[in-house]
Amino acid sequence: MNSSAETVLSIENVSVHFGGLIAIDGMTFDVRSGEIVGLIGPNGAGKTTAFNVITGFLRPTGGEVRYRGVPLNGLKPHEIAQLGLVRTFQRTSVFQERTVFQNVLTGLHRSGRSNLWDMLLRTRREKESERELVETAQDLLRFVGLEQRASEQAGVLPYGEQRLMGVALALAVKPSMLLLDEPVSGMNPAETARFVKLVEKIHHSGVTILLVEHDMPMVMEVCDRIVVLNYGRIIAEGTPSEIQNNPEVIRAYLGQGKKRA
Amino acid sequence: MSRFLPWLLVVLLASVPFWMTDYYVLHIMITTCIFIIAAMSLNLLLGYTGQLSLGHVAFFGIGAYTSALLSLGFQVNVFNVPFGVTPKPVWFAMLMAVIVAGFTGWAIGKLAFRVRGAYFVIVSISFAEVVRMVAVNWVELTQGPMALNNIPALTLGTGEFELSFLRKPSFYSLALAVAVISYIIIARIVNSRAGRAMNALRENESLAMSVGIDVTRYLVIATIVSAAMAGMAGALYTHYIRIVDPDVFLFIYTVTMVIMVITGGKGTLAGPIVGGVIFGFVPEALRAMAIKPEIQWIIYGVLMILIVYFLPRGIVPAIERFWAGQKPGDDEAARSVPGALQK
Ligand SMILES: Nc1ncnc2c1ncn2[C@@H]1O[C@H](COP(=O)(O)OP(=O)(O)O)[C@@H](O)[C@H]1O
Ligand SMILES: [Mg+2]
Repeated sequence: MNSSAETVLSIENVSVHFGGLIAIDGMTFDVRSGEIVGLIGPNGAGKTTAFNVITGFLRPTGGEVRYRGVPLNGLKPHEIAQLGLVRTFQRTSVFQERTVFQNVLTGLHRSGRSNLWDMLLRTRREKESERELVETAQDLLRFVGLEQRASEQAGVLPYGEQRLMGVALALAVKPSMLLLDEPVSGMNPAETARFVKLVEKIHHSGVTILLVEHDMPMVMEVCDRIVVLNYGRIIAEGTPSEIQNNPEVIRAYLGQGKKRA
Repeated sequence: MSRFLPWLLVVLLASVPFWMTDYYVLHIMITTCIFIIAAMSLNLLLGYTGQLSLGHVAFFGIGAYTSALLSLGFQVNVFNVPFGVTPKPVWFAMLMAVIVAGFTGWAIGKLAFRVRGAYFVIVSISFAEVVRMVAVNWVELTQGPMALNNIPALTLGTGEFELSFLRKPSFYSLALAVAVISYIIIARIVNSRAGRAMNALRENESLAMSVGIDVTRYLVIATIVSAAMAGMAGALYTHYIRIVDPDVFLFIYTVTMVIMVITGGKGTLAGPIVGGVIFGFVPEALRAMAIKPEIQWIIYGVLMILIVYFLPRGIVPAIERFWAGQKPGDDEAARSVPGALQK
């Protein structure tokens, strides 16, 4: 699918060393426009580190990342987010003390049209901008199914809903590509099923997705293509069925103990 | 109803000079008001962005000295090149005080926020000490410990329409007006997109960056506004007391501002006002009761510890929670988990 589509994210020979530890070793892969690509591998394989490099939270020791032709080297995380490349975090990340609604409003930061003078003088532009943000926030909460929770404090939501909150925050940035780091870990099967639907909805709205996940049935279900990482190196790449039957992948996972797969 | 309550309070406060004949009380209200402006400015940084500016008095002092020097005029030699400024109108001197303090805030922000947190504390505290040393030692400019004297009072207009802020009742009105404007500025910032960005970077910096917020930019904006406002408080102080010496840079004043913000409730609009009123009036009340200074300090300290111990988030959040708790149908979950509302 989409094999003719243009490459949006290209990762070229990226390495990350933490002192003596090689977390990522010469990683190279592409994601094309409109794809859902899975990035899998045992714990400690370097998946989150890869996300950190792509989104500017970590400088790679070597190599280059490009998004839509723009080299990301040296860009700050907020600048990369502004390019439309937006991530979620593996550890639940919401603005705990704010309400769900305030969280989304905060995520909509870049959509605001008012400048500091507008805010100080409460100009018409400020009021209109705020009203637009409120409407967009309501739409977004409806989109992810959190509209009933709007006035609740984000930090006291059940775990699964905090994960949804994290996705809503990322969507608020209007991403053209979304990086999801283990979004369904800790969710029950019903929640996972609902989340898969949401991912498909996001995908249909035209967002390219790179998904890190341990839930293999889910990965196999939603991904067009899968990249397998082990000890910082890519050991396989292909369609879900190719990956399922790849002896090296099976060995990597079996070698790590089956429960991790 | 609660929307009009603050304005009712302002009207009440504005009426004070018309019926309060005790100039000593007016004096305390003026100094408290000036301190509250400074505490509000500190709260923008400490409460909303989470940065502890332990050199905050530097901005206050820079405002005080800038306004004093410009209104008095001065003559100095910089590397044997004479440089002089003729006396400027006081309103202009005060305006420049705000600008110079704001610019200093910008420079400190740029410098310190490359490396945040503890470094900001250290940079701000060292900066205040350096500025104090300059004030002590650059005698040609500042008169050093001899102080700048005879600083003119603010007058606006001329002739028949002259408005002088020399006497206490009129100066009180000026200080109150500045405080109200400062409050509105801060309220508008924190209730806007910029305020949400500041809250975001305080609560979870990585998450803030991931949604495209330029964290450093908002830290610098907060520092500029905060410093400019503290500078305004300093300028008010200068033209009220009409004498300024290097003691305006004393660390104890920063500590007082921090105490006001923390006891009142950092990150709340009313917090610095409540804290400012308590720690502005209590020392004076104790003095009026002719209690010995050592005992005064002990009472002051015990009061502070009691507030911080029993109301760790400050008085205003405690009152807000109390009122919220009185309302039926309140969010039970949030209250049944004691830690839920704490960080
Ligand atoms: N900031 C860091 N400093 C040192 N080592 C790190 C850091 N982040 C990750 N690592 C190490 O890099 C390796 C890859 O980690 P990570 O990317 O989190 O794995 P994954 O997300 O695939 O489970 C692990 O061995 C981890 O301990
Ligand atoms: Mg990980």
